[in-house]
Amino acid sequence: MTVDIDSERARDSAPAVVAARGRGRRRPRRRWGDRLLFAWTWLIIIWLALPIAVMIMFSFNNPHGRFNFTWVGFTLKWYGPHLLDYPSLTTAMENSLLVAFAATVGSVVLGTLVGLALGKYRFRGLGTANLVQFAAISAPDIVLASSLLAFFVTLRVPLGLPTIIVAHIMFCLSFVAVTVRARVLTLDRSLEEAARDLGAGPWATFRLVTLPLIFPGVLAGALLAFAISIDDFVVTSFVSGSTQTFPLWIWSATRNGLPPQVDVLGTLIFVVGLIIAATSALLGRRGTR
Amino acid sequence: MKRWRAAAVPYLLILPGGLWLVIFFAIPVIVLISLSTQQGNIVDGFSQTFHFANYASAWDNYHDQFIRSLLYGGIATILCILLGYPVAYWIAFRGGARKSTYLFLLLLPFFVSFVLRTVSWQYFLSDNGILLSPLKSAGILPENFRILATGTAVVGGLTYNYLPFMVLPIYVALERIDPRLVEAAQDLYATRAAAFRRVVLPLSLPGLFAGVLLTFVPVAADYVNAAILGGTGNTMIGNIIQDEFLTVQDYPTGAALSFMLMAILLIGMFSYARVLGTDEVLEVAAR
Amino acid sequence: MTARYSRRAALQLGGLSAAALTAAACGVQGAAKQQSTAQAESAADKFWKAQKPTGTVTFANWALYIDPDHQTLKDFTAKTGIKVTYDEVIQDDSSFFAKIHPQLASGQSTGYDMMVITDGLEFSELVALGEVIPLDQSMLTNFHQNAGPAYQHRSFDPGNVYSVPWASGSTGIAWNPKYIKTPPTSINDLWNPAYAGHVGMMSDPQEIANFGLFKIGVDPENSTQKEWQAAAAALKQQRGAGIVRQYYDQSYINALSKGDVWITMAWSGDIFQQNLSAGTDLQFIVPKEGGTIWTDNMMIPKYAANPVAAMQLIDWYYQPRMAATLTEAINYITPVPAVQDIIKSDAASAKGSDKATLEAVATSPLVWLSAADYARLKNYVPITSKNQSTFYGIFQPVVAG
Repeated sequence: MTVDIDSERARDSAPAVVAARGRGRRRPRRRWGDRLLFAWTWLIIIWLALPIAVMIMFSFNNPHGRFNFTWVGFTLKWYGPHLLDYPSLTTAMENSLLVAFAATVGSVVLGTLVGLALGKYRFRGLGTANLVQFAAISAPDIVLASSLLAFFVTLRVPLGLPTIIVAHIMFCLSFVAVTVRARVLTLDRSLEEAARDLGAGPWATFRLVTLPLIFPGVLAGALLAFAISIDDFVVTSFVSGSTQTFPLWIWSATRNGLPPQVDVLGTLIFVVGLIIAATSALLGRRGTR
Repeated sequence: MKRWRAAAVPYLLILPGGLWLVIFFAIPVIVLISLSTQQGNIVDGFSQTFHFANYASAWDNYHDQFIRSLLYGGIATILCILLGYPVAYWIAFRGGARKSTYLFLLLLPFFVSFVLRTVSWQYFLSDNGILLSPLKSAGILPENFRILATGTAVVGGLTYNYLPFMVLPIYVALERIDPRLVEAAQDLYATRAAAFRRVVLPLSLPGLFAGVLLTFVPVAADYVNAAILGGTGNTMIGNIIQDEFLTVQDYPTGAALSFMLMAILLIGMFSYARVLGTDEVLEVAAR
Repeated sequence: MTARYSRRAALQLGGLSAAALTAAACGVQGAAKQQSTAQAESAADKFWKAQKPTGTVTFANWALYIDPDHQTLKDFTAKTGIKVTYDEVIQDDSSFFAKIHPQLASGQSTGYDMMVITDGLEFSELVALGEVIPLDQSMLTNFHQNAGPAYQHRSFDPGNVYSVPWASGSTGIAWNPKYIKTPPTSINDLWNPAYAGHVGMMSDPQEIANFGLFKIGVDPENSTQKEWQAAAAALKQQRGAGIVRQYYDQSYINALSKGDVWITMAWSGDIFQQNLSAGTDLQFIVPKEGGTIWTDNMMIPKYAANPVAAMQLIDWYYQPRMAATLTEAINYITPVPAVQDIIKSDAASAKGSDKATLEAVATSPLVWLSAADYARLKNYVPITSKNQSTFYGIFQPVVAG
């Protein structure tokens, strides 16, 4: 890869002077710039988590009824047996997690393959394939929901967990594909060619060279897919039949009040997530770059 | 024989995912789009009359909301780039072994339901709440200032909800860049800004394009933020489409609006790809 | 899930129910009405005669709309041996209708034997499409015995052919005394420029249509298209003058409790619940020009597999003790007047915070409407497929602009 630089400036300065000056000036500025970026990154992370802080606070609130908007007093009672006061809520939570995992796995597998194809190859139909991906991202939720419901009903497919998972894979697929494609577009062909020259078959090349190189894209796609799936409301509500998921329960409940148990469950999800993050950070120290 | 096999590879890769999308997306949506030229109502049924006037009347009634959605979408996307690019940069270049952890932390709030997050924002941004009250008491803001129920709140909510969709794609492109390239540029007397502009930014273009695609397009079709955080006159086209399908039950108008929205967004994205020259980026990868 | 009745019976029901309702709606009195109602009745009788009791029933309802530990359902199972599957799948009427209508229209069962639908557009559509089964009047003994007269004669379902109430609520004006010093009494208070930027209105066209009509002094149940246009003009003027802060689906209560909104259209149950939850002092009135009463009704969808069990469960909730348990939990208006005394005696024998809660439920005017309130409360504008697109064409732009 070539780097475009200002060759005039390079010509005008003696290399030694440049090197000395460049290196001397570089270190302090790097630290200042880096610190700023570090602070900015944490600022954004905290900003994204700000509503969670409010939610955690309200999980300790003690309203005497079902509404949990106004601070009344501190209590720990929702973290005890009261948490299971609404059995349908806990079932809904389990369903959501199950669907999200299944949909993430499905959409990552299918989406990675599509992303590879779109990013690496030039073939007839590339334009159409891109079009379909973009269209899937641009379709409003209600359109996807109504059309899928009509589709399932016409084919007399019973509605429930399988139809929810199918729908989620459908709309997460494109997000994974676009993310993986972005990664694939940055790949250096020469690495794969080198592997081929050294005698690796196509599957070995994929497994040992390509896949590790695109892995950050796959991981990012998986995270996006999980986040989209676990929070989806409109499409899920149409194709779920009598199955409840967490967002569905919450939307339904908001008419009659969101009890603190909802905040407690949200807090628990967040805390579990934090523990996973902390664990992976500690394990990651072992150190691949 | 080998050439034939090599040529078939992309099609084989696309097949499972593509088939899934064709069966569960393309066919159902095309059937729905055929609704857009029908007339009728739920009780008496809809019939195909090729009534293209549906499109004209949909545009007449709702072009304000269309334009507003594109505007809000554009602003939110730009904000996402400004806020999110530095984050992606830092995680990619300085994240070290903890890169995945940072990505996970970015997305963790989103695993908790949207409704809970929005109710929390309503608490935080309330007229006399934890943020505005001290500013008003100190006289920095006028008494009747508000954030909620304004277009600003909607754009803020959109930016908030879609930021990870910008950060992650940019990150995956940046992470691929060898930091030694940046060092080499600086060894050759480029300033950090020039190194960024001429080395990093072009190489991150595929990620930037993907980020804009995954942000602008869903944002323009969003309806939840406008419904909860917006006031009067902040309605987006997503709200209208939602209404047409559920409340008004005017499926043809809803379908026409959806098709128009999708067409506008697709044309926009393809033009953007042209301008950005993603073809060139394809060249880079292929070399 | 196989249908437990003959197709022929279902088709007979479907064909005749629409005719019967149209005849009733047209107000055709005398022989013609009696004849078609009698025809419909005999078809319903035939249907119900062909049904057999079963051992299970599936109930679709809104979330948080039943006693949380489902004791009322457990008691039902203990008494009758019928197992109840309870699904809180209804988020709102429009999306639930959009979900079940395609299934019912193509002849498939929804999987539910019983559902709760608010009176309004979706209710009338289900009836017009023949997608609900007329109730077996002979099994409504508790209902006929214990339901209040207002609930036995609802204008949107004369004769209780398709539904009986689950719970009711009223839409009126709520305000926060911290910000509003003169108590509002009239609809015009929602149009008061002094409250500009702090007035909440609802986003449902059926709700704001009623309030627009009250503003111009018209009864929604007998309103004409011209009156709708005048009402919409009044609503648009309210919006154009910057008086309305936001059109809320249900989160006005959050805004009201924080003081973002000072006065708003509100459901009585929400105000009661917020005052109960947080000890706030929000006030609620039915404006003197009128307010809205809406009813969530139990109905049996077509192709229900266990209609007899559904009828038993429906009538179960008209026992005063069951209705009392329900009201103590959900705090909405009950169709059974005897419940008030039961709650009072429960309150007397309770202790601690439960006692305070039950006393509040037993005495609140938000749960027990006065006769004066009832006189002023009206139902929604009756919408049918004929006037649906006109109605929404007039009122949706108010909210959607």
